[in-house]
This record gives sequence, structure tokens and C-alpha cells, in this order.
Amino acid sequence: MVENRPILSVVSHLVLILGVVIVALPIWITFVASTHDAVRMTQVPIPLLPGSHFVENFKETLFGTGLSSSAGAPVWRMLLNSMTMALMIAFGKISISLISAFAIVYFKFPFRMGFFWMIFITLMLPVEVRILPTFEVVANLGMLNSYWGLSIPLIASATATFMFRQVFLTIPDEMLESARIDGAGPMRFFWDILIPLSRTNIAALFVILFIYGWNQYLWPLLITTDSDMTTIVVSIKQMLEAAEQSPKWNIIMMTALLAMIPPVFVVVAMQRLFVQGLTETDK
Amino acid sequence: MLKRVHFPASALPYLLVAPQILITVIFFIWPASQAVYQSFLIEDAFGLSSEFVWFENYQVLWDDDQYFDTFWRTIVFSVCVAVLSMGAALILAAFADRVVRGATAYRTLLIWPYAVAPVLAGALWVFMFNPTLGIFPYMLDMVGIDWNHYLNGTQAMMLVIIAAAWKQIAYNFLFYLAAMQSIPRSVIEAAAIDGAGPMRRFKDFIFPLISPTTFFLLVINAVYAFFDTFGIIHAVTQGGPANSTTILVYKVFNDGFIGLDLGGSAAQSVILMFLVITMTVVQFRYVERKVEY
Repeated sequence: MVENRPILSVVSHLVLILGVVIVALPIWITFVASTHDAVRMTQVPIPLLPGSHFVENFKETLFGTGLSSSAGAPVWRMLLNSMTMALMIAFGKISISLISAFAIVYFKFPFRMGFFWMIFITLMLPVEVRILPTFEVVANLGMLNSYWGLSIPLIASATATFMFRQVFLTIPDEMLESARIDGAGPMRFFWDILIPLSRTNIAALFVILFIYGWNQYLWPLLITTDSDMTTIVVSIKQMLEAAEQSPKWNIIMMTALLAMIPPVFVVVAMQRLFVQGLTETDK
Repeated sequence: MLKRVHFPASALPYLLVAPQILITVIFFIWPASQAVYQSFLIEDAFGLSSEFVWFENYQVLWDDDQYFDTFWRTIVFSVCVAVLSMGAALILAAFADRVVRGATAYRTLLIWPYAVAPVLAGALWVFMFNPTLGIFPYMLDMVGIDWNHYLNGTQAMMLVIIAAAWKQIAYNFLFYLAAMQSIPRSVIEAAAIDGAGPMRRFKDFIFPLISPTTFFLLVINAVYAFFDTFGIIHAVTQGGPANSTTILVYKVFNDGFIGLDLGGSAAQSVILMFLVITMTVVQFRYVERKVEY
């Protein structure tokens, strides 16, 4: 703050509080809806203060079939699917990007730049622009309705490779020289020096990629036809459709709440790493 | 970009890049080239044979008024989302930059929508705008506005814009706040000594100094609105009513997966590819000059 302007400070706080309220309003309404019974949620106006059915709705959502008309898998199963997919994507992206960045920065070999540009191209081909042919490839490989099909096609990553390349380039050359004098081979150097030195970058990237993986929508929607493989994020859409016949908004909103808790928790709990990951990957 | 000190060539580097390259070729480059190839084909009605037709699929799109409408709609949608969420984020960041006490608390409370999936953002807002139950239609009814986004195309568009912008505020806020905090205090203090009030300082110093961030966010928000909002559209309106919220990505999905028009959908994919390539090139060319945080 440059000068003391009490009125402006009060206005600043008011604007920020208003901003927080607007940003938080949807989540509050969702939370409130998940604490009432189905009957109350069909009466206008809908409540703005929490009710007393939270635990009941929680149990029904998690272990019941959710909405009877959607005939889907229980919600705990979908949460498990989402968690598996998100972790596989995050681990997969980080592992293959680490080793390919290592190869590109620390080895001189024919076609090195060719490989680099091939990885770069993936940045320009999001799933959305190659929907049908990618689906065909995955179908031909027999990977529909499997965790492999959900994660493998998404784990190629130009941004992660670039980020690790950037990190490795800042590591002094003397590190490698002294490691070699001490008799370390390439893989020893990778495990004992590069990985420990890039630990915070890996953690920051993990936070971003976990959220990315958890929130995937189009891809799981295409390749999971078996309801046992549906992810929680995809199931919301089916529930919204079912809501037109049986408006059990308390259950739908409880499911929405469960679907957003893991990634939101990650952002809030690991805020510093999250901010670092966000600014690093988009540079 | 190669280290001065490096390892000699051997089989090892090939093994190390192999997983990444295999996935890139199988799931990215091959499908993309298939999309380009299919965009030159027309299949018969039963999918039994296909004929190579050069640019006929593109010609059909060029002559199709609906496709132009979709294009135009996507641009309007993207501009509205970018302006709304960047504007809100800029205002919040400007005030958060001023506040000494509680700045981190505000940041925590403002950034979490980043973690909410687009489709969930859509679900939350569609519930609040539900014509019979929602809180907003109830309030709008009191001032005499009849809200029904299932029937009214403009209202449906407004709903998806609000949902998409809401989710993106967090991201824009973080980058704006970081940019403002990286401006040297001495610049702002010098301006204050010369008698520039807070508004003047914002208009003549802070805003011009963060313009690289504004440009960067503009590209990022355009990419977001073009591609990542599929979930919102799919969950909230399914492109309706009467195509009033069909954006380009949704149309590719709809024509390909629902309408099974392979050639037409592939041609649209190729056009989208060109758009992404353009945006990526713009981003990489200009982001290099971005201010360092």
C-alpha cells in the first residue's frame, strides 16, 4: 500500500468479499441442496440454509445406486474409477516426460531434434480435434472400457517435457562432471541427482496433472460404455438427464459435491505447489 | 539446448524417448493424419464404400450457412467468456493487490473454482437457473423476467457464458495478481509522489505494465473457450435450443458421433487443428516476451 486511504481500503475489502461471495455462491447452493430431502428440493423457493439430511443423503449417494433411473454403478465405484484414472494420468505423464526430457537434454544422438518436434506437435492436437480417429485406434487396440484406455492416450505431454527440460537446463554442468568422475553412469546420475533436484517441480506438476486427469470429460465419455467404468465427472451429465423424470436434486448435488471435493482439496491444501505448477507449465 | 557436458550416443536415449514417442505416434499423429485423410473422403449411406473427393467436404462446409453461424457463435461465445472472466479477475486482483491484511485468505477463497470440472460448473449453474426450481429464475420472476433457457436461445447462451466465465476467474485472477505484485513498488510510489491517485495509477501505470499478461491470458482464454467448454455445453444445453449454443467443438462431436457424417466431421476437425496451431504459434511467439514473475 502506497498511501493511507481508509475509505479505499474499506471499499477494497467490500469488493473482494463480494467477489468471494459470487465465486462461492454455486458451491454453497450445492452444499445446501445436498442437506435436504428430495421433497423439500422440489418446493419453490429452494432453501438457502442447510437442512438436516446430510448424512442420510451421503450414505444413499455413496452406497445406493444414486438415481434409480440412471441404473448406473454406485457412486463409490465411480469415485474409485476417477481416482485411478487421475493418478495413472499424473504418474504416467510425469514418468514419461522425465525420461524423455533427460534423453533430449543429456544425450547427443541422431534424430534428437526430430523427436523433440514430434513431442511439440502433441501440443497442437488436443483430443477435441481428433475425436473420431483416436476413438477408432483405441477401439482397434481393444482398450475401450479399461483403465488403460482411459489413461494411456492422454499421457503424452509436451508441456511436462518442456518444463523438465527447462529444469534440467538450469542444473550446473559441474554436477554431471563430478558424477562422472565418481563413476556414475547415466541412469545412476538420473536417479541420484536429477530426480532429487527436481522434486518440487515434480510435486507442483503432480498437483496440476491430478486436477487435469480428474476433470477429464470428453475422453471418458467416448470410451466408456460400460457403466462400471464411468467416472464421477461423466456421471453428472447422466444424472442431469435423469433429473428431468425424477428430480432428486439432493442426490444429484451430493454427487456433484463428492466429484469436486478431491481436486478442490488438492488445490487448497497444496496452494503453494499449485500456483508454482500453474505458472511453470504455462510459461 | 543440449548440455555442453553430455553422454555419448548409445541405445539408451532411444529407449528413454520411446514411451513418449510411441504414444505420440499411435494416439496423436496417426489419428490426426487419419482425420486429414478422411476429410477428403465421402462414405456412402451404409458405410460400405468411400470415395476420394478432394475438397468436396470443405466445399460443403463453405457453402453451409449453419457452419458459418456456428463459427460466428463460437467467436461471440469466446469473446464474452474472456471479457467477463478477465474483467472480473482484473478488478479483484487490483483490489487484492492493495489489501495488506488478508490478501492470502482472499486468494485461497478465489482460486478453488479452477479445480471444478467444466461439466460440474455447468451442473451447478444449470441448477441455479432451473426454470421451475432455480434461485435466479425465482428472483428474475419478481422483476418480471421470464427465464427459460430450454426455450430461449439467448438465455441459454448467457447461461453457458456465465458458467464458463465463472470457472475461469480463478486462473485469470492468479496470473493478474502475480503480474501486479511483480511491478516494482518504486514505480508506483514515484507516481503517488507526483500526485497520481489510485485510479490514475491503475490506468496509466499498472494496466499498461501488465499488458503482456493480458495478452497471454487472452490467448489462454480463447483456447479454453474454444475447446475446454465442451463439458459445459454438453451437460447444460446439448447445443440447443435450436443450435443456439452449438460451438465448433460441439458440432464436430455431434456430426461425427451422433450424425455419423465422417467426412464432414473430419473436415471440421482439420479446420479446428489449424485454429489450434495458429493459437499455439501466437502464444509461443509472444509469450516469450512476457514479464518475469
